[in-house]
Amino acid sequence: MTPVLAAEFATADELCAGVRALAAAGITELDTWTPYQVEGLQELIGVPRSKLRWIVLAAGLLGGGAAYLLQWWINVVDYPLDIGGRPYHSALAFVPITFEMTILCAGFAALIAAIMLGGLPALWQPMFEVDGFERATIDRFWLAIGAGDRELDRVRDTAALETAGAVRVVWLGDRA
Amino acid sequence: MSDPVIIGNPTDAALSDQLLSTTWVKRNWKLAFAITGIGTVMLFSMVTLTVMRGIGMWGNNIPTAWGFGIINFVWWIGIGHAGTFISAILLVLEQQHVRTSINRFTEGMTLFAVVQAGMFPLLHLGRPWYAYWLFPYPSVMGVWPQVRSALPWDAAAVSTYLLVSIMFWYLGLIPDLAGVRDRAPTKLRRRIYGIFALGWSGSMQQWRHYKIAYLTLAGLATPLVVSVHSIVSLDFAEAGLPGWHSTIFPPFFVAGAIFSGFALVVTLIVPARRVFNLYNVITPRHLDMIGKLLLVTSSILAYSYICELFLAWWSGDRFEMFEQLRERPFGFYAIGFWIMITCNCLITQLLWSRRVRRSATALFVLAIFINIGMWLERFEIIVVSLTRDFLPSSWHQYAPTYVDLGILLGTFCFFGLLFLAFLRLVPFVPVAELKELEREVAG
Repeated sequence: MTPVLAAEFATADELCAGVRALAAAGITELDTWTPYQVEGLQELIGVPRSKLRWIVLAAGLLGGGAAYLLQWWINVVDYPLDIGGRPYHSALAFVPITFEMTILCAGFAALIAAIMLGGLPALWQPMFEVDGFERATIDRFWLAIGAGDRELDRVRDTAALETAGAVRVVWLGDRA
Repeated sequence: MSDPVIIGNPTDAALSDQLLSTTWVKRNWKLAFAITGIGTVMLFSMVTLTVMRGIGMWGNNIPTAWGFGIINFVWWIGIGHAGTFISAILLVLEQQHVRTSINRFTEGMTLFAVVQAGMFPLLHLGRPWYAYWLFPYPSVMGVWPQVRSALPWDAAAVSTYLLVSIMFWYLGLIPDLAGVRDRAPTKLRRRIYGIFALGWSGSMQQWRHYKIAYLTLAGLATPLVVSVHSIVSLDFAEAGLPGWHSTIFPPFFVAGAIFSGFALVVTLIVPARRVFNLYNVITPRHLDMIGKLLLVTSSILAYSYICELFLAWWSGDRFEMFEQLRERPFGFYAIGFWIMITCNCLITQLLWSRRVRRSATALFVLAIFINIGMWLERFEIIVVSLTRDFLPSSWHQYAPTYVDLGILLGTFCFFGLLFLAFLRLVPFVPVAELKELEREVAG
């Protein structure tokens, strides 16, 4: 999303009010920037729940399955060692490593998916060019409307955001 | 439970100012860095000596093949557990109130403790340059690790624990690193923290995946922390030695690990709270929570000690009875046993008092004793069992050498050095989470 109209709020509640006002005006291409996750904001914008869990589940199952298979192959097929007549395929003895590899692969998947799905690493983002945006990680709440939104009306939306309590509204559309 | 978890009503900006400003500030810590630095140099000299001359520099020998190396390994890895317990288990149980503000701190502790722990089994191999033999790789000799043995389990558990702890810690850090980046006064610092923050801006797109990932990782770390010390305990329980061969070991070890870890949390957090003036975010309620958890784990431990004695008697096995009922309480190393009982079970009874639980000084003193007691517990389990096995002809006393003592002391210093660097370079109280909590508490 390329932001064209951005607004800065002093509190999370005012930000939510701003989002509601824009939603009422039919704006759909919207993003927010907050110092912490604001409860209820996600539902307000209508962003679906993250699919990350399914990636983690798949990675975990894959890692665990591969670990079990590898142990079986080592112990039964490629390098069978008779130790006191105990069975080569000792399912119970394979549990610890299977479990650990499940967690390890799932953990890696969770970290990498969180970074990649969030569009990171991206050391430069258009919003970083906005003066004062650095407070978005400290104590200011930002929202922006994307350039692709057909319902965008600069005058009307600026007024709506100011009514909602925006500290300031910035037009970014003229930037190259 | 009406006590506040955040004292005063700090604004988001005030919290950021207070908690992010701890990074990269010149402090008069030269002495602390010098002492831990010298200790670290000593540690690595002793390690070099061990590698050059061989494992004979240590006090272990047959029958006591596991001396300080394994005692210190178990002790350090146990300490890590409280960190994951606080940051992951309390998050999954939705106890953010008492968890936030100390979790980053304890995660750091976990990480550095596991680093110390990992060193010992590597060196204990005698030829640490062959450590990769523990992991399955297509060797030209066509040999694979024996996965029915507890040692490859251990390698998998400890390395997974280290990696997942790093991931959990780093994921939690990202928003705060961005905070440090955005209030950095110099361009260089802005760049360095900016790179580690990966360009985090706190957008909806980022938060919505991030929060799920963080919770998922916490959920994964929860069974992991229980598994690690269980698997460590299986190194013992899988053996047939009297005093080791017991089904009580996994829960017994996990409780002891969390107990010792909480003690170290107190040992670190009480001074840090003072130095950084964190009284508003680390409140008596946090201390109270840790005190209660110390009491609970101490009780589980006391129960386990009694069970060990009872099971030894109930088994009717001569060697078990000799080991548990005679050698540990009245044998050559009996003094260690009684100090252990005093530190781990008796003086912890003071924690029934609310005043003790809420006094930073009292907790700190108790924690030091618990750290000693838990180290001695591992000493008793390992040394007494090995020096008194089935054949009296093979009985032999054990004493550590100066290299053993130097390495143990050196790991304290190395841990301290890493921790000091952590306090200096990284925001060690999770600011973004604290702001969220503040909003929740304020309603």
